[in-house]
Amino acid sequence: MDEGTKSTVSKLPLLTVRASPRDKEAWTARLKEELTALIQYVKLNKEQDKDWFHVECNKTGTRWNGKCWYYYEQIRYEFDLEFEIPVTYPTSAPELKLPQLEGLTSKMYRGGKICQTIHFQPLWAKNVPRFGIAHSLALSLGPWLAAEIPDLVGRGVIDSFKK
Amino acid sequence: MDSFLADADALLTKASLSPDQKIRIRHALHNLPVPTPAPIPTARNGPAAPAMSSEVVSDNPYSRLMALKRMGIVSNYERIRSLTVAVVGVGGVGSVAAEMLTRCGIGKLILFDYDKVELANMNRLFFRPEQSGLSKVSAATQTLRNINPDVVFDAHNYDITSLDNFDHFLNLLSTGGLADSPVDLVLSCVDNFAARNTINAACNELSQTWIESGVSEDAVSGHIQLIVPGRLACFSCAPPLVVASDIDEKTLKREGVCAASLPTTMGIVAGMLIQATLKRLLGFGHVSDYLGYSAMKDFFPTMTLKPNPACDDSWCVKRQAEERERMAKEEARRKLHKEEEMHPDNEWGISVVDDAAGDPPVAAKSKQAAVAKGLEYAYEERTVEEADEDERVKDTGADLEDLMSQLKGL
Repeated sequence: MDEGTKSTVSKLPLLTVRASPRDKEAWTARLKEELTALIQYVKLNKEQDKDWFHVECNKTGTRWNGKCWYYYEQIRYEFDLEFEIPVTYPTSAPELKLPQLEGLTSKMYRGGKICQTIHFQPLWAKNVPRFGIAHSLALSLGPWLAAEIPDLVGRGVIDSFKK
Repeated sequence: MDSFLADADALLTKASLSPDQKIRIRHALHNLPVPTPAPIPTARNGPAAPAMSSEVVSDNPYSRLMALKRMGIVSNYERIRSLTVAVVGVGGVGSVAAEMLTRCGIGKLILFDYDKVELANMNRLFFRPEQSGLSKVSAATQTLRNINPDVVFDAHNYDITSLDNFDHFLNLLSTGGLADSPVDLVLSCVDNFAARNTINAACNELSQTWIESGVSEDAVSGHIQLIVPGRLACFSCAPPLVVASDIDEKTLKREGVCAASLPTTMGIVAGMLIQATLKRLLGFGHVSDYLGYSAMKDFFPTMTLKPNPACDDSWCVKRQAEERERMAKEEARRKLHKEEEMHPDNEWGISVVDDAAGDPPVAAKSKQAAVAKGLEYAYEERTVEEADEDERVKDTGADLEDLMSQLKGL
């Protein structure tokens, strides 16, 4: 993990409720924690002029969508972001999807699910239930964009995502 | 020309055409003979299939299987016609496993997968290029029904990890058997952690026996693991147990790829999986609780993992309590039985003692060093410590809707 990611993650608040959307009331408590942590994360990003994603969820907090963007050589590339909260959350991390990039990179599974590094899963498992959506964005999507966007730009396949 | 074909294939995969149209175009592109659709026999409802004949004639598909009876390997092979197996994940392992069960004359197969067949799957067995674009479950059902129309197929094209599908999945496992009974066995042939967790959660809740299977991302090792809720470690009891790779992670090149795969390793793991399935369901031989395969060393480590009393899955803990109760009752019954049976003039008090077979079981998570030679946990044990007070999310008093609109407005 690079130092930047490490220091960002250390500033995110930790969650306490172990609940999935199947656990009605406990899920509401968990969802409040998730939203609070995300709000804090976005605020932190904005303060540091490093804002890089926007997400919102449906009423039950089970489906999320938004945008993420990455600057490379002074150009902003922006993509749709979506994910679902799995039945066995938080034991299983959410699988983050960039559907528009499906077929453009091999570091991706069907439906545009990003291919996480081998370090992500062990780290997530060690931190159940303390890590939430904010952590998964910081630890898996952030590093993924940093590694893949330069390659995608280099291959000239994401010109249409310039903003 | 090759890149033209690849482009055309990619376009075709995205095109909004019927699977049948896609197959025809793809065949024309690749200069393959356009297939004449094989007549697909209609599925039977319920166990109305003909009885298995043991007659040794060239047109009896079951003669070599029924020979297992004559040779004294299996006492009642026909029983397989009454059994239902759910195969979750119909990829490199699951499709081959399903074909093996189909050829063995299984009563019913329930298949789950949300993926489509792609040309990138052709390095593995079972699927054919002309099936690309079809959902894996419908392509599989098509092929399998042609191989053995006696089998009842029930195919489901959805993602089991999604909340919308989970109740349906649970319901099918508990009532999908031939007599609306629970399925006889669940086989996990999935390729990701979330799907394994989902199967584990469902099977703990239903007290359903299942076998987990897996092939490493570098394609040179694999394993199968029998999970009987409460009796053997579940998937949440400890970090996943895998075959030690002995390959330095630093020298393994991962640039530009997610995972490698080989038809050999996948075929071997599917074979191990269905061998264990047949042995368990038809009651012959010994079924290892965990069986690994290292392609690099031609090594097959085995071991037994006992459940973790502090497992995160509350259903697993419940199943463990039930198992302890069952064991206590069994022990009491055996004692009583022994006292009655004991020969009255057995003055030396000689009795037959159970001969524990195999290696001593290891309690999951007891000590990492305790795993059998050649095996290791996929990652170190987790520490379930609570976050310090000042590191936790602070309750701002805002309700859910407030928070949602706050986030949205940022």
